[in-house]
Amino acid sequence: MTSVLYDVPGPKARLYSLIGSAAGVLIILGILAIAVITLAQQGIFDADRWEIFYGPMAPDVWNLIGQGIVSTLTAAAVAAVIAFPLGIALCLLRISLIPWIRIPTQVVLEFLRGMPVVLMMLFVLLVFATGQFQAVVVGLVLYNAAIFAEILRAGIQSLPKGQREAGLAIGLRSFQSRMSIEFPQAVRRMLPSLVAQLVVLLKDTSLGYIVGYEELLRKIQIMADFLGPDFLFPAFFVGAAIYILINLTVSRIAIMIERRGSKKAAGGMAPPSVRTGLVAGGNDPIAKDSVEGPNKA
Amino acid sequence: MDAVIASLPEYWDGFLRTLYLSVISGIIALIVGTLLAAMRVSPVAALRGFSMFYVEVARNTPLTIIFFFAAIVLPRLGVKFEQFEVAAIIALSSYTAAFIAEAVRSGVNSVPVGQAEAARSVGMTFTQVLGFIVLPQAVRTVVPPLINILIALVKNSSVAGAFFVLELFGYGRQLSNDYGNQVLWILLGVAFFYLLITVPLGLLAHFVERKVAIAR
Repeated sequence: MTSVLYDVPGPKARLYSLIGSAAGVLIILGILAIAVITLAQQGIFDADRWEIFYGPMAPDVWNLIGQGIVSTLTAAAVAAVIAFPLGIALCLLRISLIPWIRIPTQVVLEFLRGMPVVLMMLFVLLVFATGQFQAVVVGLVLYNAAIFAEILRAGIQSLPKGQREAGLAIGLRSFQSRMSIEFPQAVRRMLPSLVAQLVVLLKDTSLGYIVGYEELLRKIQIMADFLGPDFLFPAFFVGAAIYILINLTVSRIAIMIERRGSKKAAGGMAPPSVRTGLVAGGNDPIAKDSVEGPNKA
Repeated sequence: MDAVIASLPEYWDGFLRTLYLSVISGIIALIVGTLLAAMRVSPVAALRGFSMFYVEVARNTPLTIIFFFAAIVLPRLGVKFEQFEVAAIIALSSYTAAFIAEAVRSGVNSVPVGQAEAARSVGMTFTQVLGFIVLPQAVRTVVPPLINILIALVKNSSVAGAFFVLELFGYGRQLSNDYGNQVLWILLGVAFFYLLITVPLGLLAHFVERKVAIAR
């Protein structure tokens, strides 16, 4: 691998690098070994701790985990499906030509983006006395619609001016030009950011744990409480692994879409400078892979 | 409304604790994140691999899970904390460090190749190139996204409220129990204090972005 920062290593440097690598691996292995020994002293690796996943209890345990996964995915899917159109609507209002529509929308968007998602969930839960599921979904929808709106706005603003001018010149109304000329291009240009935000949304469903929605993490805790403290670690370990696997899969899909999209999108993808830092308040402020600078080595 | 005024001391206490959590975790995350980024661009393959693995896993793990691990699983494994703040700081900084590492790395990549080549050709070593030439220039690209990450950190610190730390969100939950009939105002009060931190930071990010913007 060559890099901006150093020359292609010669034999001496390669040797040092090899020694460095070996030392690094040893240090990391050492830390891992300490962790494993500590865990082993707690009896974490005793087979009976993990029996819940394959012993007589296994069907119930996996059933519970399955329910958790389904609740997590349902909340994320419902929220995403509602948030996207709402985001488009908010974006239209945000770029409206009429100041008394544009400015209040801007204030509302700033408000939504400056707030912790979990606070919005709690707000919906307590003030509107809804169920936990509705609270989670509404919280996610409000926050992510605001982010989608900002992403789309940045996308529209990154388009060449001529696009809109041409639309208006052939006699489209402002709204028609927005919908049939600008939006399709903006969505394509910003697809990586939008999908990256979907990953954030999926991650944020775990906040449902805090407002008592029975998603994966909550199910894990219920299970651990029921089975006793000995099983907390195994249950948590499996739950976390499932969560991370789901998220990694979606992230991979996001990267794939970006690769495909960058070949197909009309005006190409928006340059990274438009996309980075966009998801200003997001948990994932940097869109996947959009962080590569223009001078990527 | 009077519930909000009556509980101003709690709000203030929560506000300070939110700030405290954010500042301490922010500093730790900045240091660790920069180190991770340096490892990511280093010539040593093991360090690169470790950094890549850490960033990828941490960015794809929900913060709630990290908190759950730090505040509930770790004590069960025998790691006892004097205060739950420590668990919160561990969770927040280990999560945020991954994002900071990505931001710094992309900043390093945005520095023109010629800069580093020139530095190398006058005989600078890897550390010198990174420390004297590349990082000072990368800072300009990196600062606006970094502020955004810190804003996200402030908002993320609210998760600590659910794991036994009485910061703004924690007080919000407690107060909305105490004043069941005035939940709306109580929670709007909490929101106000969050905006008190996030909105100025957002404006700062905007300002810095225009100030340091360089055409390359």
